[in-house]
Amino acid sequence: MDVNKNSYIFTFSAILVVVVGATLAFAAESLKPMQKENVRLEKMQNILASVKIESTPEEASAKFEQYIVEQVLLDHTGTQLTKDGVTAFDIDVVKEFKTIDEDKRSYPLFIFEDGGERKYIVPLAGKGLWGPIWGYVAFNGDMNTIYGSTFDHKTETPGLGAEINQPDFQDKFIGKTIFEGSEYVSVEVVKGGTDVSGDKHRVDGISGGTITSKGVGEMMERTLNVYVPYFKRSQKAAL
Amino acid sequence: MSETAEATAVVKEPREPLFSSKNKKLLSDPLNDDNPITIQVLGICSALAITVQVKQAVVMSLSVLVVMIGANLIVSLMRNLIPSRVRIIVQLVIVAALVILVDQVLKAYVYDVSKQLSVFVGLIITNCIIMGRLEAFALANKPWPSFLDAIGNAAGYGWILIAVAVVRELFGSGKFWGYQVIPDAVYDFGYFNNGLMILPPMALITVGIIIWIQRSKNTKLIEEN
Repeated sequence: MDVNKNSYIFTFSAILVVVVGATLAFAAESLKPMQKENVRLEKMQNILASVKIESTPEEASAKFEQYIVEQVLLDHTGTQLTKDGVTAFDIDVVKEFKTIDEDKRSYPLFIFEDGGERKYIVPLAGKGLWGPIWGYVAFNGDMNTIYGSTFDHKTETPGLGAEINQPDFQDKFIGKTIFEGSEYVSVEVVKGGTDVSGDKHRVDGISGGTITSKGVGEMMERTLNVYVPYFKRSQKAAL
Repeated sequence: MSETAEATAVVKEPREPLFSSKNKKLLSDPLNDDNPITIQVLGICSALAITVQVKQAVVMSLSVLVVMIGANLIVSLMRNLIPSRVRIIVQLVIVAALVILVDQVLKAYVYDVSKQLSVFVGLIITNCIIMGRLEAFALANKPWPSFLDAIGNAAGYGWILIAVAVVRELFGSGKFWGYQVIPDAVYDFGYFNNGLMILPPMALITVGIIIWIQRSKNTKLIEEN
């Protein structure tokens, strides 16, 4: 058989591609449940990390059940809504915020309780320099002071923008407040190296990672805005 | 893979012995005299990128081992069927398919490691060692020698990677496999982790030092002018 005939080359390539394609499709489909489970556990770990609960993948599920006492869904005006069979955890905010119709988006909120103390965890999603960034911010019971935060990214520059997933950066948000009096001002991330000591609404960004840092500030401002009516109502109810 | 090995084992009498001196050389040469990293200077990019921690280096070495064995065996079995005009593309398709498989398996079973390796698993496709062995060896040899050649070269790649990673993790973060090995007392005396060790340039220097030691020990490698 002449393996260098054109007809042979075409047949050979076609068969090879079909075989390889089928194998990969089969492998991807059969491994998908386990991969999804890993992503789910990681999400639980991230949510818990924003309230400073460390967990391993094995214990994430149990701890999540234990500490997250309530999951709330809001619409874009901050009104609570119920969707059949959909919990706040099922909402992938990175995808959800891409929905074109704003009034069709749902905004999840997780309520954490430990020893009678409640924290409110808001998932965030936005964009950095190269790709999506996301995170979770936890508020104290006053729904104003930040208790903790975690951020992560897909493809930010290592050593610069990618530092947003490091404790050094995340801890800077602790104790900052998003309301000035009763006015919503969010927390701004300013250019790296700025002196922000004593400023309740500004956080020092990462030097060399300005666009990513600004992205973090932008996603906080935009996303939290939706939660403001809910927060204000709850604050009033608490008084 | 093991089936091929057994099949060859059953009918070994009339042929050359499984571990003839020639076959043994396939295994041992890449470890020293013909090391893919230190002698052929292939696969350097991943040696720099993935050697900050020992754990990553080990997972990367195992992944390369699996891909290399798979690719070498498949190409060797198909060597008489592959049209030479499209052989590079065929090799690439086979390697890429195997790499995607490895990536999917890592994501399913060792998720945290797969996150750390992220793009580097994908970059196994472009690891010059793999394509180099397919082109230079598997296309012209039977499956068994190709299998040995794959193990030899992956091991040669792996031991350098792990050696560099041990040095970098120990001096860069005072740890081994993620556990602290330099006691706190030493830090109290004013010892500091070397931050430069974490950065890629230090990997290059470490590889350089390994090459230096290797060349000074191994007389075969000393070039005469």
